[in-house]
Amino acid sequence: MSDYNFAYLDEQTKRMIRRAILKGLAVPGYQVPFASREMPMPYGWGTGGVQVSAAVLCPEDTMKVIDQGADDTTNAVSIRKFFENTAEVATTEATEEADVIQTRHRIPEQDLREDQILVYQVPIPEPLRFLEPSEVETRKMHALEEYGLMHVKLYEDIARNGAIATAYAYPVKVEGRYVMDPSPIPKFDNPKLEMAAVQLFGAGREQRIYALPPYTQVVSLDFEDHPFDPSKADHPCALCGSEDSYLDEVIMDDSGRRMFVCSDTDYCQSRRMAGHVGTEGVPFEEASL
Amino acid sequence: MTPLLQVRDIAKFYGGRIGCTDVSFDLYPGEVLGIVGESGSGKSTLLNCLAGHLPPDQGEVLFDTRADGPRDTVTMSEPERRMLGRTDWAFVHQHARDGLRMGVSAGGNVGERLMAVGACHYGDIREQALDWLDRVEISGDRIDDRPSAFSGGMQQRLQIARNLVTGPRLVFMDEPTGGLDVSVQARLLDLLRGLVRDMGLSAIIVTHDLAVVRLLADRLMVMKSGHVVEQGLTDQVLDDPQHGYTQLLVSSVLQV
Repeated sequence: MSDYNFAYLDEQTKRMIRRAILKGLAVPGYQVPFASREMPMPYGWGTGGVQVSAAVLCPEDTMKVIDQGADDTTNAVSIRKFFENTAEVATTEATEEADVIQTRHRIPEQDLREDQILVYQVPIPEPLRFLEPSEVETRKMHALEEYGLMHVKLYEDIARNGAIATAYAYPVKVEGRYVMDPSPIPKFDNPKLEMAAVQLFGAGREQRIYALPPYTQVVSLDFEDHPFDPSKADHPCALCGSEDSYLDEVIMDDSGRRMFVCSDTDYCQSRRMAGHVGTEGVPFEEASL
Repeated sequence: MTPLLQVRDIAKFYGGRIGCTDVSFDLYPGEVLGIVGESGSGKSTLLNCLAGHLPPDQGEVLFDTRADGPRDTVTMSEPERRMLGRTDWAFVHQHARDGLRMGVSAGGNVGERLMAVGACHYGDIREQALDWLDRVEISGDRIDDRPSAFSGGMQQRLQIARNLVTGPRLVFMDEPTGGLDVSVQARLLDLLRGLVRDMGLSAIIVTHDLAVVRLLADRLMVMKSGHVVEQGLTDQVLDDPQHGYTQLLVSSVLQV
């Protein structure tokens, strides 16, 4: 028995967050303000995502936490531990076994199902922020659908770099209405935003929640002559040989050797367990010894 | 001919003080109206009321919209007013940095209004931006520079290009030549006069510089303490001022 109320937050707070989530689901892409609580972790470590997860968790749920696709990095491990301690829910690293997946900066490679919830940690929910510093003005722009400024950002990219250089937090338009920042996921993941699972976005410091219901239309912004390109590193995974997953570049030594591996560790491991081996990988049984 | 803009009894009060009051006039297509007066005479208040930046306390501003004919922009909904603000209207600020995005390149600044009305072909936007930079005498190879790298005169010309790119019908100008040295002023005025004539623009120019209105304006309105004290054809008002204040204003211009 834990000394905490289930999932750390008190019941009234969870109700308040659930109301914000429901409003977010009713108006896809709209940033709903909510009274974000102080959490026992610093801002920037996923306080928004943790509050949203706490509000949707049930005692019988199984939870998975990923950070940049990986299950075993500090952020993922500490948040997983947090919910093990405060909610005593089962945790897993397998995408298909999870009911609630909290993620930082990635969407799992494996397609999610309708009975799963994907919770994003969002640092800056306002896609127009770096062009228009005034919150009053950006809210008005959202309300009146004045999104020309978003294209100015993409224009600047092309003028400076010859192509749209925005590689993460690539702005999208939801159901032809709200322009939304999909949190800093790589633009490779943008096409996956139209999925079967419920997607919830929580920004703790900025006190905003927004959401995408299942199968919501999500279009990445672009120019007619510079169409959206969900690019990734042009390599197969060195461990599992996957050609179509998003890759991390890992520097191997100080003479410039590098290696590209799947950023989604669960996906990579399950492929290796199924017998796929990349150029620098070893068969799975041997590696686990 | 329908006036492009009909102003009826506009008044704006700041608490008990008068911003401007009892202002009425018609502006016809292709006409340039100058508003002169000393600092604090209510010129800028009036301009901001007309351009929808300030809500006037009474009166109406009827603008001849393309779709529905004359409509009161004071009671019109905010989305419609803002839409006018980036299509049929243009506003040139005294300080270029109020009207420009200083962190965005010159091309992006000019292209913003195009993108705001739905342009999404990069090549076309860039072509139009280049064309407009050329029209305001900014060389094409500066298109990717930020306005912060421009001189004051160039910034002001860039602001004008950015405003005129969507082909507005009515331009509001608040001291467009303020803060520029005389030779740059002369060049800017020359440019403005050319653009106003070529595009058949209507304009309302607020200034305290009588030389500016002499060059640009067809008609002149003289304001003092929030009231219009005299109006008429520019040459008529400047050559034969009737009101005491206008006489003072005209006689106080330095002769070289």
